[in-house]
Amino acid sequence: MKATTNTIDACFRLDWPGFTLDVDLALPGRGVTALFGHSGSGKTTLLRCIAGLERARAGRLTVNGEIWQDDRQWVPTHKRPIGYVFQEASLFPHLSVLGNLRYGMKRVSDAQRVSLDHAIELLGIGHLLERKPDRLSGGERQRVAIARALAVSPRLLLMDEPLAALDLKRKQEILPYLERLHDELDIPVLYVSHSPDEVARLADHIVAMEDGKVLANGPLSDTLARLDLPIHLGEDAGVVIEAKVAERDRHWHLIRVEFAGGSLWVRDNDMPLGHRARVRILARDVSLSHGKGEDTSILNGLPASVSAIADDTHPAQALVRLDVGDTPLIARLTKRSAAQLAIQPGMELWAHIKAVALIG
Amino acid sequence: MLSDSDLQAIWLTVRLAGIVTVILLLIGTPIAWWLARCKAWWKGPIAAVVAMPLVLPPSVLGFYLLLAMGPHGPVGQLTEALGIGRLPFTFWGLVVASVFYSLPFMVQPLQTAFEGIGERPLEVAATLRAAPLDAFFSVAVPLARPGFLTASILTFAHTVGEFGVVLMIGGNLPGVTRVASVQIYDHVEAMEYADAHRLSAVMLIFSFLVLLTLYAWRPGTKKGA
Repeated sequence: MKATTNTIDACFRLDWPGFTLDVDLALPGRGVTALFGHSGSGKTTLLRCIAGLERARAGRLTVNGEIWQDDRQWVPTHKRPIGYVFQEASLFPHLSVLGNLRYGMKRVSDAQRVSLDHAIELLGIGHLLERKPDRLSGGERQRVAIARALAVSPRLLLMDEPLAALDLKRKQEILPYLERLHDELDIPVLYVSHSPDEVARLADHIVAMEDGKVLANGPLSDTLARLDLPIHLGEDAGVVIEAKVAERDRHWHLIRVEFAGGSLWVRDNDMPLGHRARVRILARDVSLSHGKGEDTSILNGLPASVSAIADDTHPAQALVRLDVGDTPLIARLTKRSAAQLAIQPGMELWAHIKAVALIG
Repeated sequence: MLSDSDLQAIWLTVRLAGIVTVILLLIGTPIAWWLARCKAWWKGPIAAVVAMPLVLPPSVLGFYLLLAMGPHGPVGQLTEALGIGRLPFTFWGLVVASVFYSLPFMVQPLQTAFEGIGERPLEVAATLRAAPLDAFFSVAVPLARPGFLTASILTFAHTVGEFGVVLMIGGNLPGVTRVASVQIYDHVEAMEYADAHRLSAVMLIFSFLVLLTLYAWRPGTKKGA
C-alpha cells in the first residue's frame, strides 16, 4: 500500500499472553479520531504502538508520508513528532508548571515560543505557571499535561482517556478546553475513550475496537448510524449531526438548528446565529408514526424514510435506521410497535424526537 | 584531646569513606538502574552477588580480595603489568576492597528509589523528546534524590565502620591504612583505654548523628502528580 500524505497508516500485530492486537488501519491525517471501545479492547495499546511506547514486532506505521516503523526502521518515541497525554496527568513533581511546560519545548529545535504561549492560553493555565504539580487540582493538572504535550509543537496529538481519571465535575471543566482544541488545532488528534458522550462531542472520525481488533472505522455520523455494528453503546446508541444555528425565537427561548435535510428546535443556549454546533440524538428518544402528529407535546417531527431495520441487544427491541434528507437517524422501538406500524425499508414515516442534546 | 595519630586515623577514615562513596556513586548507579529496570532471568544472580557483602563475614571477603590482589591473583597480575604495583597494604587497595564491601549499601537504596519512580515518568520524558540518557539525568535522578542521599550516607557510614576487610587487606600502617576502627583496636591492644575511649566516643557520636540525619530528616515523599 502506498502511503499518501494525508493519512496515518497503522498496521500492528502484537501477541501477549491472553491478548492479541491485530489492526490494519488507515486514519485521516486531520481532525479528531476517536479510538473507542471497552477497557481491554486494545485501544490504549494501539495508541502506545503509534507513540512507540510499545513495540509490535510486526508493524508498519506511516504518518502523513513519514515512515515511523516498518520492517527495517524503528523511530524511537523521543524522535517522533508527537504530543502524548496520559490518563493520569503524570506531571514531573520536581518541576513547576512552567518547568513541565518547558521540558519538552526546549528539547524541540524548531519549537517556537508562540506555541507555548498559545498552549497556555488555550488551556487557561496562565495563573498556575509558578506552582508545583502537588498544588494543583486534578483538572488543572490534566490541563497542564495537555498544554505540555502541545508545547512541543507536535504533528500528531495522542490522548489516552485524558478525562477518565477525573470526576464528573472535573470532566465538565476540561471538556470545553478539548472542544477548543478540536476547533483550533490543525493537527490530527487520536483520542482514546470509552465514553460515548466524549466521542459524540469531540470526534470527527471513529475507530471502534473490540478484543484487539477493529470493528469499524469511518466518519462519526455514518459510523454511529450503522446498524450492523455491534458497537455496544447500549442505552447510548444514537447519532451525532453537524448543524448550524439558523434562527432564534426569543419569545419561547428556542433556537432552530439546521442540518442537511432538516432542522430542529432546541433550547436556546446563547449560541450566536451561524455558529456550528453538534446535535446528539439518542435512538431511545426517537419515536415513529405514520401521521405528522400535530396533537403531541413533542416539538420536533421530521419526515423520514426507513432505510434499514435490525435487532437490538434486547429481543423485544429493534433499531430502525432512517434518512432525514441526507442525514441518518436511529430509532429504537419495540418489535411489537414495528409490527403494528408495518415498518419496512423504503417506507415514509414521521420521526418524533423527544430530546435533543446540543453539544459543542 | 585526640592525639596526632588519632587525628591522622580519623582523616584517613574520612578520606577513604569519601572516595569510596564517590566511586560507588559512579559504579553503583548504573548497576542499580539496570537492576531496577531489567527483567532478564540473570537479574537474580547479579542481585545476589551485589548483596553478598551483607551476609559474608568481612574476613571471607577480605581473604578472597587479598588472594585476587596478591602477586598470583588476576587483579595483582593486572596491576603489576600496568605498573601500579600491588594493591594489598596500600590505601588504594583499601579503597578497592571497600568498594566491594559497601556496594550493596549504595545499590539497594538506589534500586528501591529507581523502582519507586516507575515506568511512567520516563515514558512521559520520551514523549517530550528526551533521549534515554537525557531522561535519566533530567527525570530519574531528580526523582530519586532521596534515594541518592540515603545511599550516599549509608555507604559513607558503612565504610567508616568497617574493620575486618581493612585488617585483611590494609593491615595496620599509620597514615596509609590505619583507619579509626583499627586505631581503636590498637589502643585497646596497648591497654591505652583512655585513648580508646576518646576515639570510640567520637565514632559513637558520629554514628548517632548519621542515623539521626537519616531518620529524623525524612525527605517529604511527594507523590507524583
